[in-house]
Amino acid sequence: MLEAYLSLFVKSIFIENMALSFFLGMCTFLAVSKKVDTAMGLGIAVVVVQTITVPTNYLIYNFVLKAGALAWAGFPDVDLSFLGLISYIGVIAAMVQILEMALDKYFPPLYNALGIFLPLITVNCAILAGSLFMVERGYNFGESVVFGVGSGTGWALSIVALAGIREKMSYSDVPHGLKGLGITFISVGLMALAFMSFSGIQL
Amino acid sequence: MKFLRDFLDRQQSLFKEGGKLEKYYALFEMVDTFLYTPGEVTRESTHVKDSMDLKRLMMTVVVALVPCIIFAMYNTGMQANLALAKLGQQSAFGWRGDILSSLGVAIDPYSFWASMAHGALYFLPLLIVSYMVGGAWESLFAMVRGHEINEGFLVTGLLFPLILPPTMPWWQAALGVSFGVVVGKEVFGGVGKNFLNPALTGRAFLFFAYPAQISGDAVWVAADGFSGATPLSVGYAGGQAAIESSFSWMDAFLGFIPGSMGETSTLACLIGAVILIASGVASWRIMASVVIGAGCLVFLFNTVGSSTNTMFSITPGWHFVLGGFAFGLVFMATDPVSGSMTKTGQWIYGLLIGCMVILIRVVNQAFPEGMMLAILFGNVWAPVIDHYVVKANIKRRMIRNGQ
Repeated sequence: MLEAYLSLFVKSIFIENMALSFFLGMCTFLAVSKKVDTAMGLGIAVVVVQTITVPTNYLIYNFVLKAGALAWAGFPDVDLSFLGLISYIGVIAAMVQILEMALDKYFPPLYNALGIFLPLITVNCAILAGSLFMVERGYNFGESVVFGVGSGTGWALSIVALAGIREKMSYSDVPHGLKGLGITFISVGLMALAFMSFSGIQL
Repeated sequence: MKFLRDFLDRQQSLFKEGGKLEKYYALFEMVDTFLYTPGEVTRESTHVKDSMDLKRLMMTVVVALVPCIIFAMYNTGMQANLALAKLGQQSAFGWRGDILSSLGVAIDPYSFWASMAHGALYFLPLLIVSYMVGGAWESLFAMVRGHEINEGFLVTGLLFPLILPPTMPWWQAALGVSFGVVVGKEVFGGVGKNFLNPALTGRAFLFFAYPAQISGDAVWVAADGFSGATPLSVGYAGGQAAIESSFSWMDAFLGFIPGSMGETSTLACLIGAVILIASGVASWRIMASVVIGAGCLVFLFNTVGSSTNTMFSITPGWHFVLGGFAFGLVFMATDPVSGSMTKTGQWIYGLLIGCMVILIRVVNQAFPEGMMLAILFGNVWAPVIDHYVVKANIKRRMIRNGQ
């Protein structure tokens, strides 16, 4: 039991890394990775949002949306799964809103550093993908919590590593045409190459 | 040697600004500074003066690689000759066989020179391809972008063939070194500005692009139709007992085993390590911490044990002499550009690599030779590690000085 959770955790961080093996959440990944400290803040925000939304969406899917999920309310024939996407996004948006208010109140520096990118987590595909993967792979509640934490952590680690590389790259002499996003894309590709050491691990 | 200096001085005006061959100044500069110490001196304010400039640093690495190179040729030839003898062949295959027989060299695994000659016919072409193709890219970028051709390439071009299996097709080696030099290094601005080790980047590219030529059992011995598994892949099949029954520890330590050309001999790598540490080129902290990290994790795996995965049982002594461990430890992980630069950071970076290599070897059945990927993974984290070490230093000093 514990072993299964542990291997799911490791798998979601390294082997199925949201950023470097699925290339999800690229917009924020590329835009907010200029400084390690900001990247760390955003990473933590993503972990928090992911950890809350995946289990929440699990509950919504299993008790409201799934075919026959409404049996407890007396509607065993209702299938609301076509409402999946919009419900997940709604949950994510609400969570981000709450997180934003909390950050504004308790951690103003981080709130200011994240700026527009915090609301943008709402439409971060890595977050939505977390919920969709959970549904598709049929995780149970415990697994969805572990998967939420793990996939968020994996994404956070990658963005911090990328930010470190980009800070180091301020000493590089990149050809004019590749400056900015171009070289960042190349760096992400090379990082993914290094992360491929995990591909094929059977857990 | 005076005439050479005079000759270069006479040509200089051609390459200087406004000269006819201005575009090719980088090539002139390369030849000039390769042969002579540059004449330019610093004219501004105080600066650090050290006899150990980049040129000498890179040359030291090349010198430290010499034992590995000699052994690479010898062992490649010996493994091939042994395999041919086993297959009952009287001569080597293809053009190599023609050259060897025209020189009157027999297929004799017990003769040093016969093995050396046979191995050289495998190693030297790859080395030439690596230098020519990589050098062409390097010069092209230097000329277009107006930077100097750096000695760093001398090392990259030499490391690259050493980490390839002897049967590597030349065009793939050319592709790999191109990827390593261009994408791994030149797009970032050349030596000292990249974040991944260029030779390993090229190797990893080949590894994932052409797995058939760089992994599996048939590629490690240069004889057609002979499959000589590396000890690590033997280990996957049968665990420590299987390795011990096919190889002796001493052979693995000295390097008489199939594998990537330069990587087999732990002894040759250790000689290189002594040179690098004595001259202060490579960080002993990284080497020590990689060994410590790997040792601890192997010990942990040994203690835990596993009934399904035979790699759990392999002892530290074997892990250290097999695969690319020693070579990567000495020449790749200590790369001053892509590794961590702070002293505390180097310990963390080394531990990370040490743990990763054992983790990949033991847990990931797909990649028996884990060292390459472990080092690339370490390179990715090196800047972050440095960032936090520097930040911790700043914080400590702030507290100490009561700011």
